[in-house]
Amino acid sequence: MYSEKVMDHFSNPRNVGEIDDANGVGQVGNAKCGDIMKMYLKIEDNIVVDAKFKTFGCGAAVATSSMATELVKGKTVEEAMKITNKAVAEALDGLPPAKMHCSNLAEEAIAAALEDYRRRNGLASDESVDCTGCCNSCGHSHGREEDFEDED
Amino acid sequence: MGNRIIYLDHAATTYVKPEVFEAMKPYFTEHFGNASSIYSLGRESKKAIEEAREKVAKALKSEAREIYFTGSGSEADNWAVKGVAAANRKKGNHIITSAIEHPAIMNACKYLEGEGFEVTYLPVDSDGAVSLEDLKKAIKDTTILISIMFANNEIGTIQPIQEIGAIAREKGIIFHTDAVQAVGNVDIDVNKLNIDLLSLSGHKFYGPKGVGALYVKKGVRITSFIHGGAQERGKRASTENLPGIIGLGKAIELATENMEAYNKKLLDLREKTIEGLMAKVPYIRLNGHRSSRLPGNVNISFQYIEGESLLLMLDMLGVCGSSGSACSSGSLDPSHVLMAIGLPHEIAHGSLRLTFGDVNTQEDVDFILEEIPKIVSRLRDMSPLYEAVKNKK
Repeated sequence: MYSEKVMDHFSNPRNVGEIDDANGVGQVGNAKCGDIMKMYLKIEDNIVVDAKFKTFGCGAAVATSSMATELVKGKTVEEAMKITNKAVAEALDGLPPAKMHCSNLAEEAIAAALEDYRRRNGLASDESVDCTGCCNSCGHSHGREEDFEDED
Repeated sequence: MGNRIIYLDHAATTYVKPEVFEAMKPYFTEHFGNASSIYSLGRESKKAIEEAREKVAKALKSEAREIYFTGSGSEADNWAVKGVAAANRKKGNHIITSAIEHPAIMNACKYLEGEGFEVTYLPVDSDGAVSLEDLKKAIKDTTILISIMFANNEIGTIQPIQEIGAIAREKGIIFHTDAVQAVGNVDIDVNKLNIDLLSLSGHKFYGPKGVGALYVKKGVRITSFIHGGAQERGKRASTENLPGIIGLGKAIELATENMEAYNKKLLDLREKTIEGLMAKVPYIRLNGHRSSRLPGNVNISFQYIEGESLLLMLDMLGVCGSSGSACSSGSLDPSHVLMAIGLPHEIAHGSLRLTFGDVNTQEDVDFILEEIPKIVSRLRDMSPLYEAVKNKK
């Protein structure tokens, strides 16, 4: 059910761990739903120079976390903010429909870490990123199924 | 390891034993006659079906005329619940079942609720057992059926079936048990255990898929499940699944003959696995009753990790297991059984079920006891939940 790329990122996840001097840290999801992603970013001169993650979750959650850290590295803060769940899923050659919410979690983890960075630097907007990413915890449409075509 | 597969999911399904397959073969090609036909080719089929029925009856210590072949265990469950409900509606509309039934019972009961029946779902304790006191309290004047599973498919807990049956009998209530996981693993005497109806499925004890049976005690009122011809005493029409029925008969005969040795073997593998994992891995919990459980069932929750990840890593090593996590079930909620025994969501998400069978060996156990702790610690190193625990220390 998973693409080879998903399995590759699951079995050899890139950038697992923590960054001691991270200046942007975000955690989304909750244990009740079975997915938690914690993203650490190190940003210098407005560029993401390092990214690491820790994830509690299924194969897709681990793979999307891994891919998200790969995508975010080397980007400017503005570019990083534009990384979408769709981009993460596409970079993994797609995800099964039931797992699309995992890619959403990855987008939200990046956003939460960037928000933390902006807050620390007095750049934060009022818009807070407090969505847990849990599909049961609020009314948001996390799956954004309309963005994706079913692949069986 | 190469391509070695260690199959530890016998509660999901079993392979068909070669002896069973051999017994079935002629009934596909040579002895294919319709059992309802008058000529000898048909009569041979009829005879073979009745012999298979005798074998099932012998295994349950019932009479052959009390055994009805079905298309699956789920069909037998559906028939039992809906058929008894419909036939006894004038007497009452209340059904008692448990919170940990297989979906075949659970969803049949939900359907009946929509048809005007009232259903009580008895809770279970932390071991997964129903309380006889709760059962007695739930009985009303309108109760027509009690359906409690013999042994749970996920956590392996075996219910006090004889006592439940005695309560039902004393109150004149029909008692059905879904014994799909128990048949072939537990010695069953339907009369001694006070059972009125019992469901079983061939592919759980080395028989073929697509065939099951329902035991219906003589005198129990139940409506027909499929209306049509006179097959299965007019209760379940359809030209008989001849090879399937022959296979089921052979498989249950073998299972009954070998039960003692089979149980001993599975029990040994189960105990070594439980003891081994408990000793080697911290922050784990055995789900299900410690001793009153199926001989081949191990169900353990590993805190701070998620079950599907664990299954994927085991699969890379050729180990087939299953989990009650939401991600492996395709829904967002973990298994209703793990919820019913009171596990918090995050612990239910980290469950692993391993079910032993015929093909497993001591070497298999040694291998998983070597590999599972490594996988668990790898996943925990990746987990932000475990990070929080480590930092507290």
